[in-house]
Amino acid sequence: MTVATDPRVELQGLSKRFGNVLAVDSVSLSIAAGTVHALVGANGAGKSTVGKMVAGAISPTDGRILLDGEAVQFGSPREALDHGVAFIAQELALAPDMTVMENVFLGVEPRHGSFVDRGSMRSSFDALLASSGFEVPGDARVRSLSIADQQKVEILRALCRGANVIIMDEPTSSLTRDESQRLHALIRDLRAGGMTIIYVSHFLEEVLALSDDIAILRNGRLIRTGPASAETEATLVNGMLGHAASADYPQRKPPPPGPPLLEVDGLSRAGFLRDVSLTVAAGEIVGLAGLVGSGRSELARAIFGADPVDEGTITIDGTQLGAGAPHRSFAAGLAMLPESRKEQGLLLDQPVAANTTLPFLGSSRRIARFGWLWKGNERDDVRTLLADLAVKPESPNAMVKTMSGGNQQKVLFGKCLFQEPRILILDEPTRGVDVGARHAIHNLIGSLAARGVGIILISSDLEEVLGLAHRVLVMRRGAIVAEFGADPSMDAVMEAAFGLAPAGVSP
Amino acid sequence: MPSAVNLDPGVDGGGATIAPEAPRGRRLTAEHVRDYGIIVVFIVLFIVLSITSPSFLSVDNLLNIVRQNAAVGIIACAATVVIIGAGFDLSVGAVYFLAGVASAWLAVHVNVPIGFLGGVAVGLLLGGFNGLLSTTLGISSFLATLATSLVFSGAGAAITKGFPISVSDTSYGTLGTGGFGRLTWSIIVFAIVAIVLQLMLTRTVFGRRVFAIGGNAEAARNSGVRVDRIRVITFVISGAAAALAGVIDASTVSSGGNDSGANLVLASIAAVALGGTSIFGGMGAVWRTVLGVLLLAMIANGFDLLSIASYYQDMFEGFVIIVAVAVNSLAIRQ
Repeated sequence: MTVATDPRVELQGLSKRFGNVLAVDSVSLSIAAGTVHALVGANGAGKSTVGKMVAGAISPTDGRILLDGEAVQFGSPREALDHGVAFIAQELALAPDMTVMENVFLGVEPRHGSFVDRGSMRSSFDALLASSGFEVPGDARVRSLSIADQQKVEILRALCRGANVIIMDEPTSSLTRDESQRLHALIRDLRAGGMTIIYVSHFLEEVLALSDDIAILRNGRLIRTGPASAETEATLVNGMLGHAASADYPQRKPPPPGPPLLEVDGLSRAGFLRDVSLTVAAGEIVGLAGLVGSGRSELARAIFGADPVDEGTITIDGTQLGAGAPHRSFAAGLAMLPESRKEQGLLLDQPVAANTTLPFLGSSRRIARFGWLWKGNERDDVRTLLADLAVKPESPNAMVKTMSGGNQQKVLFGKCLFQEPRILILDEPTRGVDVGARHAIHNLIGSLAARGVGIILISSDLEEVLGLAHRVLVMRRGAIVAEFGADPSMDAVMEAAFGLAPAGVSP
Repeated sequence: MPSAVNLDPGVDGGGATIAPEAPRGRRLTAEHVRDYGIIVVFIVLFIVLSITSPSFLSVDNLLNIVRQNAAVGIIACAATVVIIGAGFDLSVGAVYFLAGVASAWLAVHVNVPIGFLGGVAVGLLLGGFNGLLSTTLGISSFLATLATSLVFSGAGAAITKGFPISVSDTSYGTLGTGGFGRLTWSIIVFAIVAIVLQLMLTRTVFGRRVFAIGGNAEAARNSGVRVDRIRVITFVISGAAAALAGVIDASTVSSGGNDSGANLVLASIAAVALGGTSIFGGMGAVWRTVLGVLLLAMIANGFDLLSIASYYQDMFEGFVIIVAVAVNSLAIRQ
């Protein structure tokens, strides 16, 4: 609790700017030695960025970090480790084909001249296990371990380098409930041994159970920090969301009554999706809400056919879609705007026209006949589309890599819309675009629905989902756990996403 | 303490700026040099050789250069397609050898037309085999074709037992030596292959898809492109071209199995790289590969005419390739 001990770590006005975005805005925190201090916040609140700055993985734009009252400046996680600060990332950084022991001592192997002294390595390892109370087989290859055991290896690695501050970034996001419990037991043991732990998470339940103090971040700012005993899940959710200013969203026309255009029935994929069923009507915008890792993108990709599924059917207007393959989806009028435009969406070294028409080369008689391209028609059609979407520059020959993020995103839209789809899946349609482009994209989504396109909308920005959708489905751990009509309260959706007793359907 | 420079994860990694000039505007970039530099080098070398060697600039000599390089040219044009699709075919030499052997064997045991067609058909099959190995089994095409090249050469050697199969029927020589005077069928076939593949890449749906799978396979798949199918077709093209080259050369000497084709692999890749086609896929052009082939051929021819020792020629060729590849990697980094 907040007994007046000396702060082990102190942040003073810490800020981080990425381009035009202020990801962390002058955060000041004081973290007592031997405590677990949690950082919570919605997606994009800046909690991970704060953790990474303390760990030396990101350098702050402004502000200071003090260790035991002394200002430090880390150029790399390695330097941080030299000062006793270890970082355990979401994605573990182990050498999978080496043994547990080799990973733990990687780079600090006990030596005998220039040879590794395996005997003393083993005795140090045993000593380490004894002092930490962990149980991991030292000779097992890391690849063969569960994620939870791999995390133990990461922690042992930090311990053997003398770390006394450990920052954990969403350590339980890929763990089962059981494994999470075990990790928590380990963390409590570490704390009892005097370790200071900064715990970044959006799982409120575990944060409340585990931490001494909780800091709440929203939009890069520290909302408050205080003892965990003074918080409840409801107060945390409230603090994380605040009262967001409502933006200007296009008016929603209720979809015309009719049979569902898209029916997804019992979709499952081991480890990702559990028995997901949903329907989308023509002209309807169905929002998918949920935390990062809840399975929203996996669901989108499974419906579209980009990922395989173990079970379940996808039916469009009464016709069942053949086994997962994007080319069949396009032919059936189902298009998807992928989550990451650079990795999954665009050919950066090709001009706009080649990007836009790629999905339709086989089906458009105007731009390709018997495999031969009609480039004049292609240019004309793409130019019209670019004008409709207000893409700058409005040239079909412009290279995609030279365009701004917002305009690249519009090109990606153009690719889905070159032939108007019947169903459009939008995965993070406004990620990384500026305010103007964002507004234009919202209007576009509204007008597509008004024209009768059925839309599945995924966004980490909950406000965007609530502002646009006719219906909101909430996902958690690969399943749909709640359904809401238009304009549900943000708190109710968040509660469902965090797994609190939802107001609507129970899981 | 190290400063806080360049740890910003918001920008793509590895984006070091090279150009000292102003960041935008119409200036000569490494990209321009890569795409059109070869024309300049080609013309300069052509002029230099025309001046320094009296026998260089003659129809005879020029057609000779092209004829001697028809095989490597055909292979390099097809290799361009494979490489743009982010694949690699190291088995072209072995396919060349085995197809030449098969062609001669069929010409002897069946007849000459079957010899020609059968040789090329062998290449289609071997190319398809390469393509399926690297797609369905997920083996990198570099390793898959390295392995199959051993299989194919071994099979060819098993047929010849070390003795080339000579074809007594004189009509077998038509493809390599017949034609319209010095304009042999082999030159004509090379020209047709180059033009067809150039148009295929720039003017057809298939070509678009090859650039797409090479540029960003994941994005191509998400755009409904059947990535594996396209990749297999590029290997079929490569196999067929290597076989065609093997048949042409077998026809030229009226015998199959003289040349193991070992040097063709590197020669064709060198020509592709010289033409500025990205080894990482997604960018490139057949016409520039043709210039690359002819440039290397001209260097060899010029050094011969000027009686410069061939080891200097190898060194010079090596340096030319280094420059071309360096310019290419500069262009990518920009």
